[in-house]
Amino acid sequence: MPAREPDTVKFYQKQFMPMPYARLIPLLLALAAPLAALADTFEQQLANGLRIIVKEDHRAPTVAHMVWYRAGSMDETNGRTGVAHVLEHMMFKGTPSAGPGEFSRRVAAAGGRDNAFTSRDYTAYFQQVPKQQLSEMMQLEADRMRHLTLDPREFAHEIKVVMEERRWRTEDRPQSLLFEQLTAVAFQTHPYRVPIIGWMNDLENLAPADARTWYDDWYAPNNAYLVVVGDVEHQEVFQLAEKHYGPLEARQLPVRKPQDEPPQLGIRRLTVRAPAELPMVMMAYKAPVIRNVDQDVDPYALEMLAAVLAGHDAARFSRHLIRQQRLAVEATASYDSTARGPGIFYLYGSPSEGRTAAELEAGLRAEIADVQENGVAADELVRAKAQLIAGQIYKLDSMFAQAMEIGQLEAVGIPYTLNRRLLEKLQAVTAEQVQAVARKYFRDPQLTVADLDPQPLPPASGERAPSALRH
Amino acid sequence: MNPLKLLLCFSVALAVPLAHSGPTIERWQTTSGARVFFVENHALPILDVQVDFAAGTAREREGRAGVAALTRELIALGVAGMDETQIASRLADVGARLSGGVDMDRASLTLRTLSMADKRAPALDVLRAILSTPQFPADVFDREKARSVAALKEALTRPETLASRAFWSAMYPSHPYGRYATPESVSALERVDVVAFHSANYTAPRATVAIVGDLSRTQAEALAEELAAALPPAPGLAAIAVPELPAASEQRISHPAQQAHLLLGLPALKRGDPDFFALVVGNYSLGGGGFVSRLMKEVRDKRGLAYSVHSYFLPLAQPGPFQIGLQTKKAQADDALKLTREVLQGFLEQGPSEDELQAAKQNLIGSFPLRLDSNRKILDSVALIGFYRLPLDYLDRYPENIEQVSVADVKGAFSRHVRPQHLVTVIVGGE
Repeated sequence: MPAREPDTVKFYQKQFMPMPYARLIPLLLALAAPLAALADTFEQQLANGLRIIVKEDHRAPTVAHMVWYRAGSMDETNGRTGVAHVLEHMMFKGTPSAGPGEFSRRVAAAGGRDNAFTSRDYTAYFQQVPKQQLSEMMQLEADRMRHLTLDPREFAHEIKVVMEERRWRTEDRPQSLLFEQLTAVAFQTHPYRVPIIGWMNDLENLAPADARTWYDDWYAPNNAYLVVVGDVEHQEVFQLAEKHYGPLEARQLPVRKPQDEPPQLGIRRLTVRAPAELPMVMMAYKAPVIRNVDQDVDPYALEMLAAVLAGHDAARFSRHLIRQQRLAVEATASYDSTARGPGIFYLYGSPSEGRTAAELEAGLRAEIADVQENGVAADELVRAKAQLIAGQIYKLDSMFAQAMEIGQLEAVGIPYTLNRRLLEKLQAVTAEQVQAVARKYFRDPQLTVADLDPQPLPPASGERAPSALRH
Repeated sequence: MNPLKLLLCFSVALAVPLAHSGPTIERWQTTSGARVFFVENHALPILDVQVDFAAGTAREREGRAGVAALTRELIALGVAGMDETQIASRLADVGARLSGGVDMDRASLTLRTLSMADKRAPALDVLRAILSTPQFPADVFDREKARSVAALKEALTRPETLASRAFWSAMYPSHPYGRYATPESVSALERVDVVAFHSANYTAPRATVAIVGDLSRTQAEALAEELAAALPPAPGLAAIAVPELPAASEQRISHPAQQAHLLLGLPALKRGDPDFFALVVGNYSLGGGGFVSRLMKEVRDKRGLAYSVHSYFLPLAQPGPFQIGLQTKKAQADDALKLTREVLQGFLEQGPSEDELQAAKQNLIGSFPLRLDSNRKILDSVALIGFYRLPLDYLDRYPENIEQVSVADVKGAFSRHVRPQHLVTVIVGGE
């Protein structure tokens, strides 16, 4: 739920471009690690398998407490898409000892803020509270880790809320529809083809028993880890965790099938027609992600390529496509080198008035071809790395961002202790490696292209609007 | 730069705690007349600088809607001796980030940089150049104008944009807060409009400079002096007109979206109003307190009518809106509207219960440390205090001001600021 501050200011914004919303942290930054992390980060595991990672940050008397479950939308099965996210909503609907609404009431009474998020790879819950409230937050989270009520009447209300969320997030946003459809075409077998929020028809037919099965399958201490960042002493956090989470019993987890995507054998194209003004083109190239932090090279080079293309206002897309050629009003690249499933390198943008999506696609392709043929300059790479380092330091200003970073690495199976190594690997990327990945992965047989074909709004002069856009 | 070396110098400094009450804000004026607000904090090697001008959309002349945002955009896209690419490259080279924007009252430039001298100096040089020698190159003007028009046309296809515009226009029918840039108004702008807007509004008496982070007072004084040196000491500030309260109204706009977007509200609260704290406490119970608010419980939890429903006050230099907003599938828009009005009416008649009042205070006071637990949040608060001339002890006294609010205070404040005879309603996409 988006909280609104009374001090919210209505800032002018340019055309908003959609990001794959699985991640809350900008892609390049999500990858690497706080430079200062290791000295003040501590870890322990309880007998029931729950891991606890504590990072001490004593700048202010607050703490971020997060519980991460290794279950996201990619673990769902056909006909039950969206259940990971629905269960996330139901986690606020009560246990025998804390009834519906009680969780949020107690967090609020503690002076806290809380929320949760579901991604393809994981589901996570957090509270930000004054530090003396950490014990109560642990008590609440431990309680709902194993004792959720899942009342069918609450479910019946909440599933409607989730359908409203899908209408708000996807159905009425042409760019979200474009991204959803693109993903569903780029992946044909891997569960990444499914939107995190689920297909509407699956939501309409989801039953309380589906949520119960999901909960019983995945919500167990041996499938979870805590991340605590703030003004705390790690030994004290370990003791609190033992007290609250220690009594929970480990459970047998379902077997996870790999469901690998078979090789793509040729270019795929699709069109989405939706009410909008600007066309948009979104290109998705299959790309690797980090599987072996030390031995891999290509994912790091792809991160640097994304930064050289679109990492800042002086990067290539902005300089060439928006400013010099005036071909695009927006153009960007995005790539996430960390994921449990397969990776994609995205290029997307909207053409300027009078230019077409096809022309912009050609422009984006020309930028890639330029790197393939001529490589990147040394100063471009230096600049991308400077951005990376600064971003890591800026992250230290936010306890929440530090906790997110640890949690996201762990979620994809990269130990947080390797975060400095990740940064070193990024720093070591050479111009030759960037050119090599541009040549290796940006090939038509690996490409899916989606065009947004904008449809005019019906005349607004009091006429009844036609039935809603289809999806 | 060696990142690992960097690491060592600040992991030691991490142990320095921030103050538990509000941070100590130092304040002075530059020789050119800009007001400066400074919080010294060496816990991280980061420096944040925000320069605000009273140059928001309310300062646009009739027929020039859009010029404030375009001016703010263009000011950083070309200075004496540097074109836009050189500016962006120089900032990127040291990892600095320039952001900001425009609202009704303010135009903001925010710079975040590493505080080491070799990083900080180039970044601050760029900011100084932006403030002192912006060029507004004609070709960049043409391009950014075209991009703005494209963005506006796109935004005007969206139900949330249509709702917001109709809502502000209805609340402020003859006031600058109710004016909006349109593709037509922006297309009609010329470069001279931007130059004129800049020279009239980006002046020293209209500027506040907020500095937070790893700098000494002496360094901060020198920095502020340099930044503001070239700002003209032009005439001070004419106050924005006081808006008249609109008559109650209801407007329906059709749209093919699956969800209807509902907004209810009226001009309600200006910065520095003594009723501010009573309204904040009351609004927490009504619709500002997330899942524990009445609106969220009634509209979302009990009936599943919406994913998000909120209410808030947006205090501005002149009375800014009180707003309730939600989205729901179009078939149930009327039910949701009726319910929302009932919840509001009930709250206006009875005020919060004693339990709700205590819960609101407990959260607002208890969560106070969370409002100040990063340099970024401190910067936001300090810039706001400086720009709106709030008392320097505003943050220190925030908890006690909240604590003093009674049920009667909330009822009284709402009866003065949220009067149903002035409530405007906009529904986009209903049936």
